[in-house]
This record gives sequence, C-alpha cells and structure tokens, in this order.
Amino acid sequence: MAFTDEQLDRYSRHIILKEVGVKGQKKLLKSKVLIIGTGGLGAPAAMFLAAAGVGTIGLVDYDVVELSNLQRQIIHFTQDVGKPKVLSGQETINLMNPDVNVITYREWVSAQNIEDIIKDQDYDFIIDGTDNFPAKFLINDACVFLNKPFSHAGIIRFQGQTMTFVPGQGPCYRCIFHNPPPVDAVPTCKQAGVLGVMGGIIGTIQATEAIKYILGIGELLTGHLLTYDALTMEFRKIKLSNNPKCEVCGEHPTITELIDYEQTQCDIKS
Amino acid sequence: MVIKVNGKEVNLEKEVTIKELLVIQQVQMPDYVTVQVNEELVDQGRFNEVVVKDQDTVEFLYFMGGGSC
Repeated sequence: MAFTDEQLDRYSRHIILKEVGVKGQKKLLKSKVLIIGTGGLGAPAAMFLAAAGVGTIGLVDYDVVELSNLQRQIIHFTQDVGKPKVLSGQETINLMNPDVNVITYREWVSAQNIEDIIKDQDYDFIIDGTDNFPAKFLINDACVFLNKPFSHAGIIRFQGQTMTFVPGQGPCYRCIFHNPPPVDAVPTCKQAGVLGVMGGIIGTIQATEAIKYILGIGELLTGHLLTYDALTMEFRKIKLSNNPKCEVCGEHPTITELIDYEQTQCDIKS
Repeated sequence: MVIKVNGKEVNLEKEVTIKELLVIQQVQMPDYVTVQVNEELVDQGRFNEVVVKDQDTVEFLYFMGGGSC
C-alpha cells in the first residue's frame, strides 16, 4: 500500500514522529477499532481515531441524538437531533477523513450480539464508551473471552477514570470491580451531571491508548487505573493488583458465559 | 500514625480496620468501593479484620459509570 500525496500531507505530523513513521501510519490505516457508545466518551474517541487515520471504525449505539447530548458529544451537531447517533457519527467522520470506513451497528450490546459485533470485522481494539455498568461488565467479559484488548472508562460530574485491559497483561475490569452495583446504587451522569469536557479528556485518553496499542509503542494503562479530578486538576495513576480469584479471568473462573445484568429503565432509554 | 489514602496523607491516632477507615473518610456507599492496601486487593468480607498500619498506602477505587448517556 503506497500513500497518495494527499495522505502524505494529511498524516505528515504523524509520519515525522519516529515512533510512528510511514510504517506506523500504515498500521493505523489497516487497523480496526470498535467504539461502543457514541456519547460523551465515544464521540471524541471516534473523532481523534478518525483524524489519526484508523482505517475501520465501528460505532455501536441504538440511541438517537438529543439536544441535551450536544453539551459534550461533539461528533453530533444541532441539525442531527433525532438522528441515530451511529449515522450522525458516521457522517461527521466521513466529512473529516475519507480514508476511514465507518461501520455502524444500531443496537444495544447484549449477551446475544456483542461477540458477533466484535467478530464482525475482527476488531483490533475496543473502546468502552458506555454509560451503564451492565454494558461495562459485558464488554469486559466478551473481551476476556475473545482475547481482545479494550479501554474502560467512566465519567461523572468533574471526575473520570480509565484503565486498559490487554489479555495476559494485568487485571481486567472485573478483577477490580467484581460485579455491577445494584441498580440505582451509583448515579449515572444523567442523574448527577457531568462537565462536558470530561468525555473529551478521558475519551481522548482512550483513543491514545488504542493508537499506542496499534503502534506497539509506549506503556499502556494495563494494570493501572488512571483517575482524573478536573476541580483539583489531579491525575493519579494507581497501580492495580492482579486478582487470581477473578470470576472471569482468574485461576478458576466461574463465569464462562456472558451475562445480561438488569438495567434501570432510565439507563435503557438514555 | 500517618497513612496515605488516595494519595493524600491522613493522620490517625491509632491503627484502624478498613471498615473504620471507610467511616472516618466518610466514604459514601462503602459497600461498593474496592479497597487496595499497599497495592493488594482486600476482599470485601475482610474489611472488618484487615488493619491499616502506619505508613500504609490505601486506595479506594470507585465505580464510575457515565460516558454515553
């Protein structure tokens, strides 16, 4: 695959980096990243991955764009209100970078479909941009079963967290958080609010992790939880311990199939 | 004695259990927090018996959903 003049120009700031170069840019163009949830986290992640020239981007979301999304979900515009988020996201990416093939899945992930979606394009890396714990545990377990790396993240109010799972290289999300909290025990950002930029900061870190994984450079957030507090401007990289008793990836796993946990009605609609 | 909780120094008069520390630190919903002491996970069932000692490093890890909504 040879670059066109336009591509050499478009990706020149990447190509000049010795950690990327022509070879790395080609890897990005051949890579496939699945983004589950095209909201606060998924929108900026998708835009930076598209700008970077990730050749195939899968977008999963059943929702339609609402006016209240636009304070933070920067891939969608005012004219998109009422449109399925995956279509709105696809249109923005197509306008930004014609090198990117966007594949849309207008559905919620569930135990029935998530493995098929991940296998559909044999995605290299998965980004969890979902807003609810059942989906977060589902993504974790599916990635453990399919040996796929993924980036977890959550944001609420002025806080965010993210960690990266790579099979065999440190704990999974369930190692640390075990099981979803009971319905409504932990507030969602719909209930508690979120500063619009939180998704931008944390979602962009997720995109950074995907790019680093594809390029095979630097140190990933494997075995670490990165937390961010926007009010105190503090980032903390917390080293996580392995959990040999983990129910899904431990020495004696008891969870061997995917689980659809109960969701609140508000979660399903939001 | 001095311990570190989520990166910040906390002065305590005496050794306390994790369960007591969760109260002292006014952790909301202590049933849904993951606790690491000196980079080791502590099982929830042992919060009442594991004692935090001088110079220990404690991390409270919280559930954080959000993202799409």
